[in-house]
Amino acid sequence: MAGLLKKKKNREMGEIPTASMADIAFLLLIFFLVTTTIDVDTGIGMTLPPKLEEDQEPPPVRERNMLKILVNAQGQVLLEDQPSAIPRIRGEVKKHTLNEGRDPNYAETMSRAIVSLKTDRQTPYNTYIEVLDEIWMAYFEMWDAEARRMGYSGYDAYRTYIEENNIEENEIREKIKAQISIAEPEPES
Amino acid sequence: MSQHFQKKTAKSQPTIPMASMPDIIFMLIIFFMVTTVLRETTVQVRTLLPQAEALTKIEQKRLISYVYIGPLRLQNNQLGETAIQIDDALIEEVGSIRTVMYRKYLEQPRLIVSIRADETSEMGVVTDVQQELREAGTLRINYSSRPELSN
Repeated sequence: MAGLLKKKKNREMGEIPTASMADIAFLLLIFFLVTTTIDVDTGIGMTLPPKLEEDQEPPPVRERNMLKILVNAQGQVLLEDQPSAIPRIRGEVKKHTLNEGRDPNYAETMSRAIVSLKTDRQTPYNTYIEVLDEIWMAYFEMWDAEARRMGYSGYDAYRTYIEENNIEENEIREKIKAQISIAEPEPES
Repeated sequence: MSQHFQKKTAKSQPTIPMASMPDIIFMLIIFFMVTTVLRETTVQVRTLLPQAEALTKIEQKRLISYVYIGPLRLQNNQLGETAIQIDDALIEEVGSIRTVMYRKYLEQPRLIVSIRADETSEMGVVTDVQQELREAGTLRINYSSRPELSN
């Protein structure tokens, strides 16, 4: 009788063997490593000018308010029709924007200062980016100086501040507007 | 006397507990899933990006559409003529770019076009693409570039 009352050890608590969990995880990881790419999404941001209608004229700009930069087919830079080295661009853009009417050859006010960039069809893209880079760096440096004047450690600090406090307006960029005009291309001859 | 001598059992080698290994791996998987982009298109042109200093990161990846410009990668590892590629398809006629981009613009008004042009390209092609983008109304662009490793 004692044999019948022997408690059957219920082996119903069958466990899923978790020993291979790590293997499965490794496999999934290798899959993702192989199929995905960490895309480099850095670059120079620009806003193109809107398309002009047929009979619309571009808005008039005084000669002095526009800093003309032309890059020709050989990759040479002409700053205000003078051949120039690329590193000079940064200083000239800053001088032009911060002029505030002092020098009659440069801009009247900060809000009217425009930098015009024109290229030929055979201009190397590399040179165009180099020049555009210099122009943007000039603005970055001006914004940085303005942020320090306002009491921040730099422009990045100011940006972090407005992002954290959800402030819509970027005062520095409103004051020193980055007005880079990509000139209308020559009509096909 | 024998009770004073307790057999000291030799302690077994301490093993690193492997129980949390899957957790670590899952953490790594989730990191990769979040930070990387699934490669959807095979780029048929070479895009050796130029270097620049004034770089800005595009925050919202879902707003980006890519335009690849560069020399075609031919079968025998050679390079051909400069070509334009948008989303898997090579563009035969430049004038068709505006319709493609306008359709994208309707789907996403805040579209950012990332121009991935090879550094050896000429401005002619880039200018053509830019004119098409202006026609389509997609004015927010970004010239993809590598960071400059200068002093």
